[in-house]
Amino acid sequence: MSINGWLQIAVTLALVLAVVLPLGRFMAALFTGQRTFLHPILSPVEHGFYRAAGIDPAREQGWAAYAMAMLVFSGAGFASLYAILRLQGVLPFNPAELPGVAPDLAFNTAVSFLTNTNWQAYSGEITMSPFAQMAGLAVHNFLSAATGIALAMAVTRAFARSGEMGLGNFWVDLTRCTLYVLLPLSIVLALAFVALGVPQTLTGSLDATTLEGARQVIPLGPLASQEAIKQLGTNGGGYFNANSAHPFENPSALSNMLAIWAMLAISAALPITFGRMVGSERQGWALLSAMAIVMLGGVALVYWAETSGNPLLTALGVDPALGNMEGKEVRFGQAMSALFVAVTTGLSCGAVDVMHDSLTPLGGLVPLLLIQLGEVLPGGVGSGLYGMVVFCVLAVFVAGLMVGRTPEFLGKKIEAREIRLAVLAVLILPLVILGFTSVAAMLPAALASLNNQGPHGLSELLYAYSSAAGNNGSAFAGLNANTPWFNTTLGIAMMLGRFAYVLPVLAMAGSLAAKTRVAESSGTFPTTSLLFVGLLVGVILILGGLQFFPALALGPIVEHVLMHASATF
Amino acid sequence: MLNSPALFDRAILWAAARDAVWKLDPRSLMRNPVIFVTEVGAALTTFLWLRAPDAFSGQIAAWLWFTVLFATFAEAVAEGRGKAQAASLRQARSDVQAKLLLHPDTQDGLYARVNAQTLEAGNVVLVETGDVIPLDGEIIQGVASINEAAITGESAPVIREAGGDRSAVTGGTTVLSDTIRVRITAAAGSTFIDRMIALVEGAERQKTPNELALSVLLSGMTLIFLIAVVTLWGLAGYSGTAVSVVVLVALLVTLIPTTIGGLLSAIGIAGMDRLIRFNVIATSGRAVEAAGDVDTLLLDKTGTITFGNRMATEFLPLIGVSASDLASASLLASMGDETPEGRSIVALAKADFGLREPTLIGAVLVPFAAQTRLSGLDIDGRQVRKGAVDSVLRFAGVTAPPEFRQAVDRVARTGGTPLAVADGTRLLGVIHLKDVIKPAIRERFAALRAMGIRTVMVTGDNPVTAAAIASEAGVDDFIAEATPEDKLAYIRREQVGGRLIAMCGDGTNDAPALAQADVGVAMQTGTQAAREAGNMVDLDSSPTKLIEIVEIGKQLLMTRGSLTTFSIANDVAKYFAILPALFVVTYPQMQVLNVMGLGSPQSAILSAVIFNALIIVALIPLALRGVPYRLVGAAALLRRNLLVYGLGGLVLPFIGIKVIDLVVTTLHLA
Repeated sequence: MSINGWLQIAVTLALVLAVVLPLGRFMAALFTGQRTFLHPILSPVEHGFYRAAGIDPAREQGWAAYAMAMLVFSGAGFASLYAILRLQGVLPFNPAELPGVAPDLAFNTAVSFLTNTNWQAYSGEITMSPFAQMAGLAVHNFLSAATGIALAMAVTRAFARSGEMGLGNFWVDLTRCTLYVLLPLSIVLALAFVALGVPQTLTGSLDATTLEGARQVIPLGPLASQEAIKQLGTNGGGYFNANSAHPFENPSALSNMLAIWAMLAISAALPITFGRMVGSERQGWALLSAMAIVMLGGVALVYWAETSGNPLLTALGVDPALGNMEGKEVRFGQAMSALFVAVTTGLSCGAVDVMHDSLTPLGGLVPLLLIQLGEVLPGGVGSGLYGMVVFCVLAVFVAGLMVGRTPEFLGKKIEAREIRLAVLAVLILPLVILGFTSVAAMLPAALASLNNQGPHGLSELLYAYSSAAGNNGSAFAGLNANTPWFNTTLGIAMMLGRFAYVLPVLAMAGSLAAKTRVAESSGTFPTTSLLFVGLLVGVILILGGLQFFPALALGPIVEHVLMHASATF
Repeated sequence: MLNSPALFDRAILWAAARDAVWKLDPRSLMRNPVIFVTEVGAALTTFLWLRAPDAFSGQIAAWLWFTVLFATFAEAVAEGRGKAQAASLRQARSDVQAKLLLHPDTQDGLYARVNAQTLEAGNVVLVETGDVIPLDGEIIQGVASINEAAITGESAPVIREAGGDRSAVTGGTTVLSDTIRVRITAAAGSTFIDRMIALVEGAERQKTPNELALSVLLSGMTLIFLIAVVTLWGLAGYSGTAVSVVVLVALLVTLIPTTIGGLLSAIGIAGMDRLIRFNVIATSGRAVEAAGDVDTLLLDKTGTITFGNRMATEFLPLIGVSASDLASASLLASMGDETPEGRSIVALAKADFGLREPTLIGAVLVPFAAQTRLSGLDIDGRQVRKGAVDSVLRFAGVTAPPEFRQAVDRVARTGGTPLAVADGTRLLGVIHLKDVIKPAIRERFAALRAMGIRTVMVTGDNPVTAAAIASEAGVDDFIAEATPEDKLAYIRREQVGGRLIAMCGDGTNDAPALAQADVGVAMQTGTQAAREAGNMVDLDSSPTKLIEIVEIGKQLLMTRGSLTTFSIANDVAKYFAILPALFVVTYPQMQVLNVMGLGSPQSAILSAVIFNALIIVALIPLALRGVPYRLVGAAALLRRNLLVYGLGGLVLPFIGIKVIDLVVTTLHLA
């Protein structure tokens, strides 16, 4: 670790911090129906959509109606994306004349982009036509992100309102988020990426003659625009298989920094939006602090583990000064690679600029754990916020009793119904991740996909299911996931990770919105103090992480121990 | 006070040990998922041990059974204390003969002797000196002194009379003098004593809302760890580690929150029991929890904030009159006033001016009377009078000089009552009477405010008086010239603002407000209507009880929260004990995770299981006594409890398991 490295990390995070307040406040204004500086231009467009779709923007939806709208929308999105992928061969903009995608892969990919996971069991450049990339995948990069944010706003309103049934209108939230937040930011960001050298073209590929005189086909495409929403919407699905390690997707240290900034911007601003909407910006900062503390811990651990290098390689005469550089890009360096690893998994983004499979065992433990902790640090756009709210409810419930009152969060009493729903939600991750991993670990058909044996092989399996269930989408790699078994089970894991999680959360929001807001007093459990932040971190680590400890012990932890005992496998 | 056994009475402990075994019945344990899972695990390991007996799994099985037993024992101890109280209450209910009036509408007094259990609501019975009142009822004729020791434990008799707010009588109490006619209001089986028995016995015990929510969380955590342990089977299989079922069960039981799961119902029962020891009967556990949440206390001024009698605090002489002359005249004039106010004037004159009571030979006492509103003394040709200002002015036959008016106004403005003193036609000055605030009540209110609880004084006084007393006592708000409707309206207004209200009351006209309040404490001396409307009854009829009730409610919730935090924090150490032990055979390098340096894999697992069982027993006293409550704000409380139970819960098991492991290793148990 070096001061220079930490400075790079600090500068990147400072740039994120600079945008958190204005963006957070902007979104709070937007989702509470106030006019923003974009309204003069976009308001006619917005209302045009409502008129065309026959939506009454003033109509409030209860939690069930909101959930139903979200499910119908997602169902339709799944059907259309599945159709595009299967029919890609006969659809336009297919210069490489790629065939339709196989059923299991099409299912997996459709679910993946629908759920904001962007798990890719394929190589984009040789599987997807530009049409499928743009009309299929990129559309969902916007819509799945907007859906996540809309859901988070519905959950936020549960605390902002008192004694009401309505949580907002899904169609309105979805439209506003796409139109006022994602589109403008993407356009600006895409232009910035173009300026930094990211290609943006409809040309499918470039024929080049290399220095050796060999002919090479270099795939191209509308990269800058894809890249922008990939990062902003915490999607992570790359145009190329190498994702953000590819020099076209991420050409320089500067574009890398911008990519990290773009990943964090909205997710880090949403807690402020939450705080403002519930009438306590301090609350937003408290949530953001808890997220930041765990994520920074992750950054530090990766950075330390990677710069410490691999003793086995050092013994073979490799200079340990640079640390473990296997699978890393020299143009990014250790510090910014470590930051990218922790951010992309602390968020449910899943873009990668480092081969996670090549990280040291402890360096690989961090992304795995950050995903398993529930993707709340700060999590995917929207999903991170509502996941954090669930942890807040649990933290307040466990520790809130210690001040001698029925626990309440932001004036809403947390009672049996809320706890039942919150528990239902947090059950999903261990059930899906550990359940599928355990079955796969005993299934010869699944084990045949592994490149590595021993603890590292287990990490690869565990990572795949964690990434899917956490809707992260990054791959540890080292695992051939494009098999019917993995395409199907990972698809199911993604679906459960998104919908089976958010439905109880929405129901909880419905129940909370209907409650009268209790007046605050000095007897109220303080939820904006540093103490609460610490408590929240503890609850996330203990309630969210302890159940994965045995699995992690058998994977990365034992691998680390073995590495230092010079054992290979 | 109710006959309450010591915290750990030997007889109760023996009975509880017996009950603990009975409670192992899986049908009753189903209500407690955490302990139920433990029992299933215990049964499974026992079965495996029987199939292939070895010392290790035998010990694990035994300690798992102990874990379940300790949990049922905790509940049985808590219940046992209630049972002992119920037994003493039952004696009061033993078969009573009642004198059922045959013609209640006439005064002929003809009655038939019937068994009390056959009476119905609406029957009118005659109760004479020495009789036991058969069932709950209302006096419709007569006045009597009654011994209510059977329910309140207080042997001093109380007066009950027809009409007004002291007409309710309770079945099982004894009439000491006089004869009354009582209309029965509650049929046998639903009387106050019956309800009390049911409550203290815990027969009707339902999980309270918060307890229910907590059990849901604990069940969820049990399920999560069940997933973690079951899936470990596959993961360990992949790694080439054969993990025995016994060890997996041991891991599961140590991870699930058995500590709080085992103590949860004991905490709830003990909370009710604590209330009963304060002589308060809550009609539901829900009310006790609500008491912890109360934001606003509606307190009656009289008896709670002030002593209830106005007392002389100052003499204000007119110009040309010395203070000691005024005091001396006041003393003389008050000799004929036996009211508390009169006595307080005598006391003040003696205390402040060292005066002594005069010899009254040859003096004529003019006693205080409600009609004249003054008292006095005729002695040595003087006619000294003190009393209400207008009465004294009329007696003296003078118009008040401006200076006198000012003194009167000054007293009235500060909320006091002015009394005038005259010697014949000469006005001497004014006595300042005021409500005296109870000592230390101001500090109490300040402490309540720090806890976030507002206090509101309810009084029949005029706004000026009320404001003066309110500011002196340090309450946050007051309702002056309060009518029952005012109270009800105030409660509703606070509730709309999202606050929980507690109040106490005794009169029939208090009933709507008592019912509306979230915590309504009715006085045992109050009317039947009030007792029905509230959700608690204070057997001591003490209005200050409200504050203690709130503290007990808070203590109940705090105890739950603290032990839950403790239980969850314990898991970290247990992982460090068991996980290396599980995998060290396959991966010897895992030994580095054995941070406690436990003797062997088997001793590590056994020690964790033993610690898990013993910690339940160790915490039973805390569960029954409750975590001590301090009058500080929520932030300070949280900091303290998080430190003690959170950090303590993290650290203690590391030490505990290590110590147990040393013993286990020394004794070669594993």
